[in-house]
Amino acid sequence: MPELTAWRELPLGGVVRPGDTAPPHTGGWRTGLKPVVRLESCVNCLLCWLYCPDSAVQLDGTTFVGFDYDVCKGCELCAVVCPVDAIAMVEDDGD
Amino acid sequence: MATEARILTGGQAVAEAMRQIDPDVVPMYPITPQTPIIQGFATFVAQGRAHGELVDVESEHSAMSAAIGAALAGARTITATSSQGLALMAEVVYIAASMRAPVVMAVGNRALSGPINIHCDHSDSMLVRDSGAIQLFAENAQEAYDLMLIAPRLAEHPDVLLPVLICQDGFTITHSAEPVVLLEDDVAREFVGEYRIPNSLLDVRYPTTQGPFAMPDYYFELRHQQLAAMQAALPVFEQMASEFYALSGRRYHSVEPYALDGADHAIVCLGSTGGTVKDVVDELRAEGEAVGLLELRSFRPLPRHDVRTALDSIRTVSVLDRADSPGGAPPLFAELAAALHGTEVDLRSFVYGLGGRDLHPEQIRAVFTEDSGAYIGLRGAPCPA
Repeated sequence: MPELTAWRELPLGGVVRPGDTAPPHTGGWRTGLKPVVRLESCVNCLLCWLYCPDSAVQLDGTTFVGFDYDVCKGCELCAVVCPVDAIAMVEDDGD
Repeated sequence: MATEARILTGGQAVAEAMRQIDPDVVPMYPITPQTPIIQGFATFVAQGRAHGELVDVESEHSAMSAAIGAALAGARTITATSSQGLALMAEVVYIAASMRAPVVMAVGNRALSGPINIHCDHSDSMLVRDSGAIQLFAENAQEAYDLMLIAPRLAEHPDVLLPVLICQDGFTITHSAEPVVLLEDDVAREFVGEYRIPNSLLDVRYPTTQGPFAMPDYYFELRHQQLAAMQAALPVFEQMASEFYALSGRRYHSVEPYALDGADHAIVCLGSTGGTVKDVVDELRAEGEAVGLLELRSFRPLPRHDVRTALDSIRTVSVLDRADSPGGAPPLFAELAAALHGTEVDLRSFVYGLGGRDLHPEQIRAVFTEDSGAYIGLRGAPCPA
């Protein structure tokens, strides 16, 4: 059981402030496949970044650099929207 | 400091208070008998004498929803409603209280349908009794104006941060013209002051999630915060009322005794009825009868301790409810029974004035002289208890 907060210590109205929530680890929900990118084919259109429902697409400034597998659920949207087929879904080795 | 008295209805007086407060946002939807309030305020905006953003919405549900968003963004926000409008708002009033949105609401109390009716009783306010919203009741137009000026400061106080309903009896106050003394505009504005919200929704440097889902592990605690805010509201109201007294010479308390010293029979009531009871008390006192009145200015929070202190040595207390609860106890009577639990007080329940039926002085006299039925003015013998 996580430690629960008494009512006086809670933010008023349950407001969630920056840094209040534990980092999500939705990557653990992934079953089967995960996306991998061939960066040499990537045209940096950032459609994958735009579509990703879990903010798993990592950028360096405005440049696509890879995936955050701690939050990627393996939904495949990125691979589907990639216009140059730079993203492939592969067997998840648990990384 | 005060201007000369003007002849205003309660609705006009509250519209004048809104002009002086000059709220940033007023989401509004018309409903009798509240309409003169928003109509009056909209006129002031059209004349350039008030500057708030009027948001014409498609329902009271939307009015209250817009009010929450505006208030949490950092805008001082006022709306107004009555009866079915308050019923349609009710869901969102709970959410406003939970999100700690200090929205001020002017209520022209009107009976809930059905049967459909436009006249005064308190069933609409009682519908949101447990919402977490503060409810103050005015006796007349002057009090409606005064309480409306106090309301934003009470709502916005950091220890409170709850919606505040300023309740005035529909038609009896909203539409009856009587002398009202307004504060000077600059005095009123200085009293009300600036609105500052702890975490503005629009502060992108400090982004927050407001109104989050709360599961069984946190719902109870967040609801309890509202209880704490309600308790804090009593001393905050006394403080605001004291500051207001210094400006106006008119002093308010959460409970207001009238001729209670030495009384052996007291009436307890809300709203305009208090004025009529005072006249009857004066007459009976002149005849040597030891009667008095305890008027509740604040129904939420219910000042239970002060009620008990004021009444626990009085032989008979008659509670006049302008709302009923079929199959249960009328709401004000239930509060008094809880407040006076364990005392020797002979507590009596009377329901009157539903759907706007008048309560005449001779009927109040009959309550004191013990020949009144429990349902005042009802035709036919009431159902056996």
